[in-house]
Amino acid sequence: MRRELPDKQGHFGAFGGRYVAETLMPALIELEDAYRRAARDPAFRRDFRHCLHDYAGRETPLYFAANITRRLGGARIYLKREDLNHTGAHKINNTLGQALLARRMGKKRIIAETGAGQHGVATATVAALFGMECQIFMGEEDIRRQASNVFRMEMLGARVTPVASGTATLKDAMNEAMRHWAARIRDTFYVIGTTAGPHPYPRMVRDFQSVIGREARRQILKKEGRLPDYLVACVGGGSNAMGLFHPFRKDGDTAMIGVEAGGKGIPTGLHAASISAGAVGVLHGNKTYLLQDGHGQVRDAHSISAGLDYPGVGPEHSHFHATGRARYLSVTDAEALAAFRFLTTCEGIMPAMESAHAVAHAMKLAPTLGRDQIVIVCLSGRGDKDMDIVAAQKEEKR
Amino acid sequence: MNRIEKRFRTLRSRGEKALILYLTAGDPNLQRTEALIPVLEEAGADILEIGVPFSDPTADGPVIQEAAQRSLRAGTNLAAILDMIARLRRASDLPIVLFTYYNPVFAYGNERFARQAAAAGVDGLLVVDLPPEEAAELRQFTHPRGLDLIALVAPTTDDRRLAGIVRGAAGFIYYISVTGVTGTKTPKVAEALPDLQRIRRRTDLPVAVGFGISTPAQVRSFAAHADGVIIGSALVKWLAVHGEERDLFARAALFVREIKAATIPRSEGGDEKGQAPTAGE
Repeated sequence: MRRELPDKQGHFGAFGGRYVAETLMPALIELEDAYRRAARDPAFRRDFRHCLHDYAGRETPLYFAANITRRLGGARIYLKREDLNHTGAHKINNTLGQALLARRMGKKRIIAETGAGQHGVATATVAALFGMECQIFMGEEDIRRQASNVFRMEMLGARVTPVASGTATLKDAMNEAMRHWAARIRDTFYVIGTTAGPHPYPRMVRDFQSVIGREARRQILKKEGRLPDYLVACVGGGSNAMGLFHPFRKDGDTAMIGVEAGGKGIPTGLHAASISAGAVGVLHGNKTYLLQDGHGQVRDAHSISAGLDYPGVGPEHSHFHATGRARYLSVTDAEALAAFRFLTTCEGIMPAMESAHAVAHAMKLAPTLGRDQIVIVCLSGRGDKDMDIVAAQKEEKR
Repeated sequence: MNRIEKRFRTLRSRGEKALILYLTAGDPNLQRTEALIPVLEEAGADILEIGVPFSDPTADGPVIQEAAQRSLRAGTNLAAILDMIARLRRASDLPIVLFTYYNPVFAYGNERFARQAAAAGVDGLLVVDLPPEEAAELRQFTHPRGLDLIALVAPTTDDRRLAGIVRGAAGFIYYISVTGVTGTKTPKVAEALPDLQRIRRRTDLPVAVGFGISTPAQVRSFAAHADGVIIGSALVKWLAVHGEERDLFARAALFVREIKAATIPRSEGGDEKGQAPTAGE
């Protein structure tokens, strides 16, 4: 039997690891030790389960989407309803886990980076819950685009720090959070929002998010008596996708498809498809696929969905790509927008623009499959936050 | 013996400490950097750290972040920096350390980079986000070519890590004098002292101190306890402020001379007394 990944140094095959300045290394090792002990501790596991159940509202339904299944005329489509979680997305699974760990480690301050503000809101939420001081780093450009989420975070008691450096978006917010962490390392816990960053984050975030796939696996076996043929999830950093995929990784008959943000189309260069159109490099503490120029300078990502607007991807996804365990492709802004409308009008479910990418691929995939085949789509978040974007697109069309 | 080792040896015999200057290559363009380096050398730089600009410099404060942005806007890249070093090397024995993040090196190709850096006359590499745990993939190419991989030690580094770090270290040990990023906090000698002693107990390599040291007075106080002092953000900021002035080079020379003087113990008076290898104890 193959060894479980990551290895001791956080490598997933040729990816992952820990590429950070020495100042951060001892903190990462401390975090790794604390997490390893917590993960084995029945009390910690019980607390986490309890929070997921009573606070986040799990388990989330695995909903058979009869209307879109009929309309598409192919495989049976199930939606894993992460949008029904407290705060409206899967992000809360991870922030609850990390906040519990922070509390266990005696840290009274948590910080996080955020792009669209979803992870920032989920972090500010758990900070309020556990009575912790909270500071969120957010690019100036994103603050302008996502004013309502900034307000939500501030209502929850968090301090939102604008980041003006670099391109003033998610990657720069993450840079600044890492700098701040280096300066306040002794009293501060850094809550990374996706399966990226230096070891142990990719593994830890995956473990906290794996509740998605564990539930979905149990639910589909109960409803259909068999495993699905396909899993489809959107991939920015990749935490909802890895959360769904990982518990199915040994189920060889279940194919996994990660859907990256194709933006205005791969040939335009305006996209966030790190695996589909990037090259291997090192950013934010791990080795993975990156959008970069030929000199190793990281390029800006572009997506209609702020949550996918990241130039890297979790290292385990890079590994799944390299081994062929999962397949990665992309859909464009326009396709995601069409999927948003399709799901909204057919099922009465408004997906987050991120999740609409997964739906868009399912719309292409399902008609090519037989009616007895099963596809599970991760509906990672709800679309309320994206009303302005959808409205703006309508304007543009007129 | 490479140029770094030789320089520390010479300095030790003169009772001086090394003045290590950092500047971002290509800030605001490579022509300026190339013209400036001989001025810095002439004015008393003992070792030069040449910064490779990176889009996402997570270990740097605002001063060096902005320098990297200026440099990237001017189109600076690693190949051009190595070419510049090769030209400078024809006329100079100044020890040169490339200060870089890992991705520009990795994108260049580790083996190709090591080969060309050695050929250009680079003496050492400081890859700020490449800890010893991940360094083997680069060291396999740099070590056989005599390029020193300079190791970083931070205030957060415990004794167990320190032992591993010094085992693989070469050139000198770079002690990060504050917990944080470059050029943002002012380090205190009293706080650094126990760490400097901790490092000395484990290695005979020279120890240099940097991150936040900006004035001659600070240089003097750290020079009393270390083998070298690194001035980075303070110089980069000075150059950004004075960059447009017509007598820039003359003024830069004065700026550097004043700092260099602080690395020479006062009792020596700057004369060639030569001995006093005990300074620093």
